[in-house]
Amino acid sequence: MSSHYTPSIYDVSVDSTKCRLCGRCIENCSYDVFRRSEEKILTYPNNCVVCHRCVAYCPANAIKIKKVSTPYRYHPIWNEEVREDIYNQARTGKVILGGMGNVRKYPPIFDRLVLDACQITNPSIDPLREPMETRVYLGKKPKKLEFSGSGDDVELKTELAPNLKLETPIMIAHMSYGAVSLNTQLSFAKAASNLGTFMGTGEGGLNQALYDYTDNIIVQVASGRFGVNPDYINRGSAIEIKIGQGAKPGIGGHLPGEKVNKFISETRMIPEGTDAISPAPHHDIYSIEDLAQLVRGLKEATDWKKPVFVKIAAVHNSAAIAAGIARADADGVVVDGFRGGTGAAPKVLRDHVGIPIEAAIASIDQKLRDHGIRNEVSVIASGGIRNSADVTKAIALGADAVYIGTAALISLGCRVCGKCYTGLCPWGISSQKQELVDRLDPEVGARQVQNLIEAWTHELKELMGAAGINSIESLRGNRDRLRGYMLDSNLLDILDVKTVGA
Amino acid sequence: MCGIIGLLNKDGSRIDGRSIKRGLSIMNERGNGQGAGFAAYGIYPDYEDYYAIHVFLDNMKEAKANVEREIERWGYIVYSEEIPTNDIRTFEREQIPYRYFFKPDTRKLLGHNYDEKDAIVKMVMRINSKREGSLVFSCGKNMGIFKAAGWPEEVANFYKIEDYDAYMWIGHNRYPTNTPGWWGGAHPFGLLDWSVVHNGEITSYGTNKRYVESFDYECSMLTDTEVVTYLFDLLVRRHGLTPEMAGKALAPRFWKEIDRMPEKQRLHHTALRLAYSSAEINGPFAIIVARSEGFIALTDRIKLRPLVLGKKDNTVYVSSEEAAIRSMEPNLSEVIYPTAGEPVVETLDVVL
Repeated sequence: MSSHYTPSIYDVSVDSTKCRLCGRCIENCSYDVFRRSEEKILTYPNNCVVCHRCVAYCPANAIKIKKVSTPYRYHPIWNEEVREDIYNQARTGKVILGGMGNVRKYPPIFDRLVLDACQITNPSIDPLREPMETRVYLGKKPKKLEFSGSGDDVELKTELAPNLKLETPIMIAHMSYGAVSLNTQLSFAKAASNLGTFMGTGEGGLNQALYDYTDNIIVQVASGRFGVNPDYINRGSAIEIKIGQGAKPGIGGHLPGEKVNKFISETRMIPEGTDAISPAPHHDIYSIEDLAQLVRGLKEATDWKKPVFVKIAAVHNSAAIAAGIARADADGVVVDGFRGGTGAAPKVLRDHVGIPIEAAIASIDQKLRDHGIRNEVSVIASGGIRNSADVTKAIALGADAVYIGTAALISLGCRVCGKCYTGLCPWGISSQKQELVDRLDPEVGARQVQNLIEAWTHELKELMGAAGINSIESLRGNRDRLRGYMLDSNLLDILDVKTVGA
Repeated sequence: MCGIIGLLNKDGSRIDGRSIKRGLSIMNERGNGQGAGFAAYGIYPDYEDYYAIHVFLDNMKEAKANVEREIERWGYIVYSEEIPTNDIRTFEREQIPYRYFFKPDTRKLLGHNYDEKDAIVKMVMRINSKREGSLVFSCGKNMGIFKAAGWPEEVANFYKIEDYDAYMWIGHNRYPTNTPGWWGGAHPFGLLDWSVVHNGEITSYGTNKRYVESFDYECSMLTDTEVVTYLFDLLVRRHGLTPEMAGKALAPRFWKEIDRMPEKQRLHHTALRLAYSSAEINGPFAIIVARSEGFIALTDRIKLRPLVLGKKDNTVYVSSEEAAIRSMEPNLSEVIYPTAGEPVVETLDVVL
C-alpha cells in the first residue's frame, strides 16, 4: 500500500453458513468484488460501488454489505473527502470525475416551499370524480389571436406554430446513447410513447431501434454534433440545441472511450474506442446572434415544422440569457439546474458551478414577463426533480413542463452509485457491454418508467385538485399558491413567493 | 358566497335603481353586510362624451388635491362634485365618494402612442397603485359604479340609486373573505366602461395576475375580482376578441370535448387555449361582466357557482338566484340555466 491509499468504505461479506456456492454473485458483479476459492466466496470490497446487484441476486440472502469507516483524525476543514481527493490527485495528476449530480449539501429550495389547499371559501376538486387536465403544449404561442368573420362563419387568421402535445408535464430528459444503453433508451421511448410525452435522445444520435418511437422523441444537437444529419433532425418531433447542462455548466459532454463500442461508433459517427469529448462551446456559436442563425438553420432544414428548444445550464445570468434565446426565434428554453445528473462530469464543476433550478425558473419566468414574451415561449425545467411535489412546485414557479433524468433512471433500478462513466453498470442501464445491457428488458423497463410517471401525474392531479385547480395552465406561474418556509427574504423576493403565514 | 344580479333593457329604455335594489336585497343570505355595490349604464347623458371618474377620497384636502393633480396631468376636468349621498345611520362613512367628468388631452401624452382609452387605463393604474388617500373605482363614459361596505339596501339608499336611470344595472351582495369592510374591495370592479361582479374565489389568481401585469395592468385592490376586469379589457378591447371568444378563453372547453369537435372548431378552441392559457380563470365562479353594449355572464367550467337568466319582453335578467329575478319581474317568459362554462352574451338591440 502506498501513501495515497484510501480506505474502502464498504465491507462485503458472504455468510458461509448460508452460501450455496452457486456463483451468481461472481457472475452478476461487474466490478469483480467476488471470486471463488475452493469451497468459499472471497470478496474484494474496495471495488464495491454498492449497486446491490449481488444482494438482489443471491438466492440464499448470504451477502451483507456494510458501511465501514476507517477513521481519519477529525478536522472540520480538512475532512475525509478533501483529504481523499488530494490523495487521488497526488497519485494521478488528473481531474476527478464523478457521475450523477451535485453531491454537496446545499439545501434544496423545493424542501422550503409548501403548497396550498382549498378550505371552505372555495371547494377542492376531486380528481377521481371531476375532469383534471394535465395536457401541455410546448412551443411558440401567439401573443394574441385574430379571427375574421362573425357568427358561425368565424375563421382563425392567426397561424399557429408547431407545438408538442404532452399529456403530462413530465418528460424524460436527454440521456445519450453511449451514456446510457440502448435498452435504457428503448425503455424510455416505449414509456414516452405509451404516456403521450417525450424523451430526449441526448447528444449521441438516434439508433435505428428507436425509429418507431420518433413521434415521442426530441433529438438533440450538441456541440459535438454526434450523429447529426438531415435524416436525424427530421425524424425528431422537436430539436433541442444543447448549450450547457446543469451537471457541468461551461463544458461539453464526455463519453469515455471504454463505452464507445461498434454500435455507438456507428450511431455517433466516430471511431470505436475513442473518447467522445464535446467542445465546451459550439464551434459555430460564439454569441447570441450565432445561436439565432443555428435556430433558423435547423428550422429551415426541417421546413419550419419542428419546434426548436435551447437548453442551458442554470447559471447566474440565466434569466437574461433565456430572454436572448427567446428573442433568437427559439420555441422553448430548457434550463437545467445544478443538481442535474450526468454520466461523467469533472467533480469540481459538478459540485461548484451553477445555481439551483428553483431560482432559475423564477428569474427566467420573471425576465420573460418583463420582456412581455413569457406566453410566447415555453420554459422547461430540469435538474434535481425528485418527486411529484417538485414537479408541482416547479410548475407553480413558472415552468411549463419538466424533464426527469435521474428519477427515470432510478425507476429502471439505478442505485445512484455514480459510476456510469466506467461502463460497468451491472443493471444494464449505463453499461455498453452486451451481456450487461441484456440484463435490462426494455418491456419491463418501459413499464417501470411509465408507472413512475403515471404515479406522479396522479399525485400532481391530487395536488391540483386540493388547490382547486382543474387545468395545469392555472398552476403554471401561480406563485400565489406557494409559500416559503424559513427562506430568507432575498430569496423570497427572487421567487416572488410570500412567507408561510402571509 | 356572494350574490350577483343584473338586468338589461335591450331597447335602451331606462329604469331607476329601485328594482335592482329589491332583487339584490332578496339575496341577503348570500352576503354579510360588509359590501354591496351597483353599476349603472346610461346615467350621465349630459356628460356622455366625458369619462366619469368615481374616486374614494380619504379627505377633502391632500387626497383631493393629489388626485386632481394627477388627473390634470392627463387632460381636463369639465365638472366635479361630491357624489350625492344620504346619511345612513347604520354604517360608517369610511370614504368620501367624489366624481370628475374628464376628457383626456392627447396633446398632453407626448412621447406615447397610446390612444385615449389606454391613457385612462394608465392614469387609473398610477393613481391606484400609489394609493395616496384616493382610489378610482369607476372610470367609464356614461356609466358609474356605486359601492361601499354595507348591506345592499343601505348602499343603495346611501347613494340614492333611485335617482339614477339606467338601461343596464348590475349589482353585488358581498360575503367578503379577503378584505372585509374595505370600500375599495366591494364589487363591482370597473375599468373604462367595464364593470364586473363576481361570486367565487379565483384559484388561478397568481397566474392571471402575472399575466395581466406583463401587459401593464397593476393589481392593487387586494382581491381577485379586479383581475377579471383587466382580462376582459385585454382580450376584448386590446386584442379585439368578441365577448363570446373571450368567454371561451377564460373558461375553456375541456380537452376531452375539444378533441371530439369538428376540425375547424377544434382548431379555434385549441388556439384559444394555447394563446390564452394564462388567462384561464380557475376555481369556482359566476361572473357578470358589463360594458356599454351589454353584458356577458359566465360560470366556471364545472359550475361551482349558480347562475340563472330570465327574460320578459325587452328585458334580460341575470342573477345567482331565480328568486331575485322573480322579485324584479314575477311573470318571466323564459328562465335559462346556462351550461357550465358557456358564455351568455346579451347586447342592446339598438345603438344608443
